[in-house]
Amino acid sequence: MANKIDRVPVREQDPKVRATNFEEVCYGYNAEEAVLEASRCLNCKKPRCVESCPVGIKIPNFIAEVFKGDFNKAFDIISEDSSLPAICGRVCPQETQCEGSCILGVKGQPVSIGKLERFVADHHRENSEGGKPVGVPKSNGHKVAVIGSGPSGLACASDLAKMGYSVTIFESLHKAGGVLTYGIPEFRLPKKKVVEKELQSLFDLGVKIETNVFVGRTVTIDDLLNKEGFKAVFVGTGAGLPLFLNIPGENLNGVFSANEYLTRNNLMQAFDKKSDSPIFHAKRVCVVGGGNVAMDAARTALRLGADVTIIYRRGEKELPARAEEVHHAKQEGVKFQLLTNPTRVIGDENGWVKGVECIRMELGEPDESGRRSPQPVAGSEFVIDTDALIVALGTKINRLIADTTPNLETDKKGRLVTSGETATSRAGVFAGGDVVTGAATVILAMGEGRRAAKAIDRYIKERY
Amino acid sequence: MYKILKKEQLTPLIFSMEVEAPRIAQSAKPGQFLIVRCGEMGERVPLTICDFDREKGTVRIVIQIAGVSSNKVCSLSEGDSLTDITGPLGKPSDFMDFTPDSLKHSHYLFVAGGVGAAPVYPQAKYLHSLGAKVDVIIGARNKDLIIMEEEMKKVCTNLFICTDDGTKGEKGNVTVLMERLVNEGNKYDMCVAIGPMIMMKFATLMAKKCNLPIIVSLNTLMVDGTGMCGACRVSVGGKTMFACVDGPEFNGYDVDFDEALRRQTLYRKEEQQADAEAGLNFLVRK
Repeated sequence: MANKIDRVPVREQDPKVRATNFEEVCYGYNAEEAVLEASRCLNCKKPRCVESCPVGIKIPNFIAEVFKGDFNKAFDIISEDSSLPAICGRVCPQETQCEGSCILGVKGQPVSIGKLERFVADHHRENSEGGKPVGVPKSNGHKVAVIGSGPSGLACASDLAKMGYSVTIFESLHKAGGVLTYGIPEFRLPKKKVVEKELQSLFDLGVKIETNVFVGRTVTIDDLLNKEGFKAVFVGTGAGLPLFLNIPGENLNGVFSANEYLTRNNLMQAFDKKSDSPIFHAKRVCVVGGGNVAMDAARTALRLGADVTIIYRRGEKELPARAEEVHHAKQEGVKFQLLTNPTRVIGDENGWVKGVECIRMELGEPDESGRRSPQPVAGSEFVIDTDALIVALGTKINRLIADTTPNLETDKKGRLVTSGETATSRAGVFAGGDVVTGAATVILAMGEGRRAAKAIDRYIKERY
Repeated sequence: MYKILKKEQLTPLIFSMEVEAPRIAQSAKPGQFLIVRCGEMGERVPLTICDFDREKGTVRIVIQIAGVSSNKVCSLSEGDSLTDITGPLGKPSDFMDFTPDSLKHSHYLFVAGGVGAAPVYPQAKYLHSLGAKVDVIIGARNKDLIIMEEEMKKVCTNLFICTDDGTKGEKGNVTVLMERLVNEGNKYDMCVAIGPMIMMKFATLMAKKCNLPIIVSLNTLMVDGTGMCGACRVSVGGKTMFACVDGPEFNGYDVDFDEALRRQTLYRKEEQQADAEAGLNFLVRK
């Protein structure tokens, strides 16, 4: 039954052109391409793809509807398990999840599940405007607070709203979305077209949002529980504090965290001339790190006109970024300086970055993470001339919530400790996403948010 | 929205605004700051909190036109609204951890440079209300930059004014007055200096000379103000700190002021260009 054809390629913006703009790189499938790609699915009896999806989307079922051409039904099937399909279809690491476990991938190429999900979500969004408004579910009278409007908070809020809870999301920034808004660039995840629309569908369910509320400072968790009438609180505040290298010269003018660089460009829209927020324009930029954030920062700098080099201490195979992102970065002209680690940032006489001293690395024995650990090659120091250095080494957790909420248990890294289903050490306080796991992915955070919604529902039903 | 209930022009370039922001008014403490934004493409501008009224649900901000973004805020009128206000941000002043009783007999010296009088005000007001002895120095380049004189008088024991050009109060800068007050035999438990970075640097040097402990409040560059971007990093006692979440107040002795001064110039070129495009060429950036 399954159509034995090659995977249908997806159309993309020409690398030379897109290296100079912030338009989306990937155009996605059209209806014809989507139906053709859907025809490749074997509709396995025991679908491994579903098992490896953190939110358990019924993948073969929605693909079967795509094949039949019933895109609305396909959308309804996805919506049972995911509230942000247009986003996940774009930024999930499908190659290690659904597509990574697709049986077709054993001998050939897996079904392009991510691109199909994206097609279904985009098709729905583009064709349902002005259509029937989604009904607000009947209220059960209980209020729940969600702290943080990133992926885990949004998933949690969405599920709770569907169960009839009155949900208010508190967001510290002036715009909703968390990392989807401040972190992931426009060329990978368009804000107006995709993120804002997908958030709107959440507000259509009756979810309220209060921006500019930095919980821990503006209001405490205890205030929310004791004074504002919330029966439970979900903490989905992520891991937002940038890590630096701790090498000499890191506070020179021209050294930035990837968080700062990306926030200025994405949240504050500094790439747009109409924006009041400045961004540093450099001729040459080095980015330290090999993850998705490093790729995002590098490709942003490239689009702002810089000559960009990524510095990573391991080899190409070990790059933690998605293969697709590395491939796109290379196509666009980002250079890679692998097996290299910065040792010192060099400044000019006025304290502005003029270079970065690096040391060559070689791979030794595997470390506790299973990756071969890089060792410096003695005496191999060399200097890369650059005007700016962007540090993309990961993030850690802001301890503010833990510090301002008595008896909320954390581990040594500041992560909130949860037991059972997302419950913290405080009754009525639940947590999920990066604030529990440490920096991870959008979809894992969403999965945690959904688990928390179920746990909160049980907790409230038992008590009230 | 955050409605401006009252706007006053304090000097040709400095404005005071009372703004509706009930949540911030409820939780603000002396030493903290906030961030405002004006317009959909507006920059996030960190500002000090000058005063708050928990019952009315308002905060008072004092802002000096120093570039495109502050000019946009200052162009708003009573009845208009700011697009966003976030806060309170940063840690409250150290003395907020002390019991009111232990502060009753303390003697504080506040040194305010220019608009620095605004954040000094709630600190002096709080300590004065507890019965502490509070001396305040307000200094500026000239008389047009001296603000809040009358209000400050009501919340301190002694107020001293000085200007670089002698157009108001004593001629000379704040450090001259600091030294004189110490030499006159005043035994201060703590000095708190808030103003331009360069003024805080020299106030700290004078404090060292006078063997006076000193706290400074750093007005670094910032984006989010919640610890996310690291633009505000500053070396304190040889360690990198984030002014937004670890501060804004630090022990002056430990702050690397030269680095902090240099880091403030990061976007000078972009700012000058934006000033020129907006017709704000009269602003002098050092």
